[in-house]
Amino acid sequence: MANADIFQIRTEEAPKLAAPISTSGVVGWMRQNLFSSIGNTVLTVIGLLIAYSLIMPFVQFAIIDAVWTGSDRTACLAAEGAGHAGACWAYVIDYLPQFIYGRYPTEEIYRVNIVYALFVLLLVPLLMPSAPYKGINALLFLVVFPIISYFLLTGLEFGGTVVLPIVETARWGGLLVTLVIAVTGIVASLPLGIALALGRRSNMPIIKMVSVIFIEFWRGVPLITVLFMSSVMLPLFLPEGVTFDKLLRVLIGVTLFSAAYMAEVVRGGLQAIPKGQYEGAMALGLRFWPMMGLIILPQALKLVIPGIVNTFIGLFKDTTLVLIVGMFDLLGQIQSSFSDPNWSTPTQGHTGYLFAAIVFFVFCFGMSRYSIFMENKLHTGHKR
Amino acid sequence: MSIQEQDSAGAPARASLLNDPKARGLFYQATLIIALVAFGWFIVSNTVENLERQNIASGFGFLQNTAGFGIIQALVDYTETSSYGQAIIVGFFNTLLVAVIGIFLATIIGFVVGIARLSNNWVISRLAYCYVELIRNVPLLLQIFFWYFAVLRAVPGKRDKWSFLFDTFHLNIAGLRGPQPVFEEGSGIIGWALVLAIVLAFAVARWSRKRQEATGQQFPVFLTGIGMIIGLPLIAYLFAGMPMHFNYPEFVETGPMLRRGFTLGSGFNLIPEFLALTLALSIYTAAFIAEIVRAGIQAVSHGQSEAAHALGLRNGPTLRLVIIPQAMRVIIPPLTSQYLNLTKNSSLAVAIAFPDLVSVGGTVLNQTGQAIEIIGIWMFVYLTLSLLTSAFMNWYNQRMALVER
Repeated sequence: MANADIFQIRTEEAPKLAAPISTSGVVGWMRQNLFSSIGNTVLTVIGLLIAYSLIMPFVQFAIIDAVWTGSDRTACLAAEGAGHAGACWAYVIDYLPQFIYGRYPTEEIYRVNIVYALFVLLLVPLLMPSAPYKGINALLFLVVFPIISYFLLTGLEFGGTVVLPIVETARWGGLLVTLVIAVTGIVASLPLGIALALGRRSNMPIIKMVSVIFIEFWRGVPLITVLFMSSVMLPLFLPEGVTFDKLLRVLIGVTLFSAAYMAEVVRGGLQAIPKGQYEGAMALGLRFWPMMGLIILPQALKLVIPGIVNTFIGLFKDTTLVLIVGMFDLLGQIQSSFSDPNWSTPTQGHTGYLFAAIVFFVFCFGMSRYSIFMENKLHTGHKR
Repeated sequence: MSIQEQDSAGAPARASLLNDPKARGLFYQATLIIALVAFGWFIVSNTVENLERQNIASGFGFLQNTAGFGIIQALVDYTETSSYGQAIIVGFFNTLLVAVIGIFLATIIGFVVGIARLSNNWVISRLAYCYVELIRNVPLLLQIFFWYFAVLRAVPGKRDKWSFLFDTFHLNIAGLRGPQPVFEEGSGIIGWALVLAIVLAFAVARWSRKRQEATGQQFPVFLTGIGMIIGLPLIAYLFAGMPMHFNYPEFVETGPMLRRGFTLGSGFNLIPEFLALTLALSIYTAAFIAEIVRAGIQAVSHGQSEAAHALGLRNGPTLRLVIIPQAMRVIIPPLTSQYLNLTKNSSLAVAIAFPDLVSVGGTVLNQTGQAIEIIGIWMFVYLTLSLLTSAFMNWYNQRMALVER
């Protein structure tokens, strides 16, 4: 019985420990991500204050105090007088046709609509990885669609008979011009950029040198000077009597400019392809173009999809610069609408810029989201 | 056919000329040269003809003619009687000014936002994320317009002002005003003290590095450096009998309405065009820099900070001595191109008539019609700036690059 001392029998309950700090659920999440330390809590409070001071005035301006209906400035001015200096959306709604079509003749607007509709109809299945007939779809989009929309937009006259009345590009404007420049620039600069990238990596010294000079030159100058060059200098380069459409001149400048950027992106992709892929292709007896077209470029382009989309986004945003050489893209059209006395109110500028920002944001953010989606979809073991 | 002829002539057996890569290469290159020369000749001859027909003298002689237009901001002496050449130089310095200040601001904002995006704090990282996505996806020109036409037009008129920072800085429609340092006689010694302090700071840095390599002892280089750079000029200033004062902007608040406002020549004034351009450029570029910084820091393997912690380094020194130097290697090349982009984007000044190189050049172009020369000057200047910046950054990059065995 002496052994009884060895045992200890607890007669009362052990003290209860507090439950461990929850790391799941809303409270746990907040504790981890917002209030993990004193410094963190201070940061959270500061951050919330900043967010509040930015979001509240915006919501107040864009939604709560906004004026949605009205046929001229009186509605917006009345709200202003009552102390609600909000966005004048009635002005944007009134001007919407101009923002979308520019000064395109009203009775011909259906042609622009057809082009918009075709664009969406052909682009959406092309962007969906699961949609069938990719080859035909791409052919329609890249070859047939540009030809059809060229004639639809500019008009068609056939030996004296007018099929579609001519609409000069000077009357185009708004989103139409923005999209025409962006899409043409994107579609035309990609093949040119690929050719330049291949030229820069070529073994032939002169071809290499010409590509390098071309790329470095266009990348070293601002787009504005390129636009000035194409609108002021290009006419000097041509023989007497030959004139180029202003829009076409701008398109040439934009394409050459973005081709140089595209070339550098593609070059990055080409450099990332292991030498074994070239050697494998050559061992199969493929010549240069089949090797590039079937083996190297598909892999290289897949690698640089984010870079290509970034170039596209940059080009889309840069279309706004054409307003400096006197063309009316979306921003230009909005800017020029400010001179209309019918809608002149103190908030007109803010409203117009807000509208432009929303439109550009939707397009650019959409493109970047899509590129991330495609990147995840296409990654074939390159990603870690 | 050619194969047979060659064979009968006893030439060494080889593939046909068509399939010989060397011959094909030569042929392609010769074609390219011929095409380029023909294209160049076509353009030059057309241009010469067109210029003759329009009676435009080619050459840079027009740069000596009197400009006859005013420039709202000039860093060097300029009047309306100055020449076109001087006007263009004024524009060039304005471009440089915007670029330097823009790069400075964009780097600071970009690093702060980039690090904020990696913060553990959800609110902070979300805020940084929203900043980056919003700013990146809206055209720069629109942002310049927003700052210039929407924000800076909403400030008080000429007869009124907003003051901040203890009434030293004032904002109204004419721009931002603040105290301007005025250097009097004998103030040169302050400048020399500053130069001496910088030289001394470098010397101390060298000495402390040598000592640390030899003995392992550390020396507070940064603090001593800052102390010397602030302290020495201050001592010199006191010794020389305080030969410097600030010219504060004077604001007339009483009297007739038309007389009210800032007195001419009091304090410095930054014109609204400059403010809008610099703000838009640095905020826009900072969004891109933030992404570069984030990617750079994320590119440093987590094992590096774990190893540093295992060695007993605290969070601060880990970041400063281990993470940032390695991240810089990834950050610098894309950062260079952002600096270049900012410099090139400063040409958008023409949209709000800030007198930069392109804007002034455009005025000269309109007055003289010398399109080729003006566009040539633009492209030459921007190309030179681009090449210089990238040469400097390449040099810096090489210094920072990983030295591998």
